[in-house]
Amino acid sequence: MSAPLLRCHGVSVEYGHGDARVVALREVEMTIEPGERLALVGRSGSGKTTLLHVIGGLVSPTDGIVEWKGEPLSTLDVAARGRARAAGIGFVFQGSNLFPHLSAFENLAFAARASRNDRPGPGPSDLLALVGLAGKADSLPGELSGGEGQRVAIARALAQRPELLLCDEPTGHLDSDTGERVLDLIDSLQSQFGFSLVTATHDPDVAARSTREVELEDGSIVREGTFA
Amino acid sequence: MEVASLYREPDATAERVAPALEMLDVFRIFSSGPVETVALRGLSMEVAEGEIVTVMGPSGSGKSTFLHLAAGLDVPSAGEVRSFGQPLGRLDEDDLARYRSHRIAIIFQSSNLWPVLTAQENVETSLRLAGADDVRRRAVAALAAFGLSDRGRHRVSALSGGEQQRVAIAAAAAREAPLVLADEPTGELDAGNEQKVLDALRRLRDDHGATVVIVTHSPRLASAADRVIELRDGRAA
Repeated sequence: MSAPLLRCHGVSVEYGHGDARVVALREVEMTIEPGERLALVGRSGSGKTTLLHVIGGLVSPTDGIVEWKGEPLSTLDVAARGRARAAGIGFVFQGSNLFPHLSAFENLAFAARASRNDRPGPGPSDLLALVGLAGKADSLPGELSGGEGQRVAIARALAQRPELLLCDEPTGHLDSDTGERVLDLIDSLQSQFGFSLVTATHDPDVAARSTREVELEDGSIVREGTFA
Repeated sequence: MEVASLYREPDATAERVAPALEMLDVFRIFSSGPVETVALRGLSMEVAEGEIVTVMGPSGSGKSTFLHLAAGLDVPSAGEVRSFGQPLGRLDEDDLARYRSHRIAIIFQSSNLWPVLTAQENVETSLRLAGADDVRRRAVAALAAFGLSDRGRHRVSALSGGEQQRVAIAAAAAREAPLVLADEPTGELDAGNEQKVLDALRRLRDDHGATVVIVTHSPRLASAADRVIELRDGRAA
């Protein structure tokens, strides 16, 4: 059996000290396999976003180990962790978080260059075409609708040619119809490129698009299940 | 080589129907020093366009907080409020002010009107504040539609409580507010006047296409609604 893409072993995250101490994650054990679709579900405040940030190397665990392809991510120094993230892991947030002063094309080109990886893949123009926005290459983020901005954000994440795509409530700011279309797009792109997909969501319909789900409550995994 | 889009564009002819009002896992927590009060704990609900829905529940169940969030007068601690598909959390202060003046009307238990102005002037003023033109004609038409033509020139302080509420409803109709939020609109009325106000709220939906959400204790209003949402302990029961 091949090694998992990513493994969390005994991962805990605490914020604050003393009376103000908040335990965001408690001894989380989980793996992400190459090419799988995993949903992180749970109510607001259950720890979904913190776990996503730990997986992505944005937050260091207070305790425990995160391994990226068998290498402990959490012991890498900050710069090395940034390189691992840029090369292998793409993010799509609730809002599109594009650079407002760069055009759609420039947002993609910047991400592609920042990732400094040599894996083959489509360039910015082809990625914009894949998400149906070939005609918006020169548009600034402020000129795009919410759904279009999110599609550019997805294309930008793919410009890094990630092996793992992390989505935090990717349709949280979209109306339900546009949200469905954006989720369909992510699914199609995943089928085409084969990256692993982890989506944090409170929406059961969004979670049901995955093959497996992990439910968090008060920072602990309380349930794991697979979808037929 | 041409790259084909994997994004399925919406069918231009298909009409997108977003609910008039949606609450998604909404929490509202009020902090006063070390004391935290949880008014809403994970409220999820939706109201379809054209529905008349009453929201009921004991005192402290979160009804008023719900209404304030729907009106964009307050923001949730977590979760999302959407009106006609638009997440209110994405609006800045100016957009929120426009939302309140153009997209919704709020009808409180009483004191919805300027007491020294006439009924006609009240409706005209609310139209002007919403940036409407042709305010005189629209105000006359709205008052007529709600059977208040003969009250147009009366100061509202001279009108009965039931008539005042109907003037407020006529103003909502004149503004063509697609979403009307009412907070105990018949709380101070007898049964006969309650029925008239209820008829006016129905007309708001039937003739003016509004979606109507009524927070109330009144079983009579609840029985006349399309649907009742029970709030209990900050959630839909």
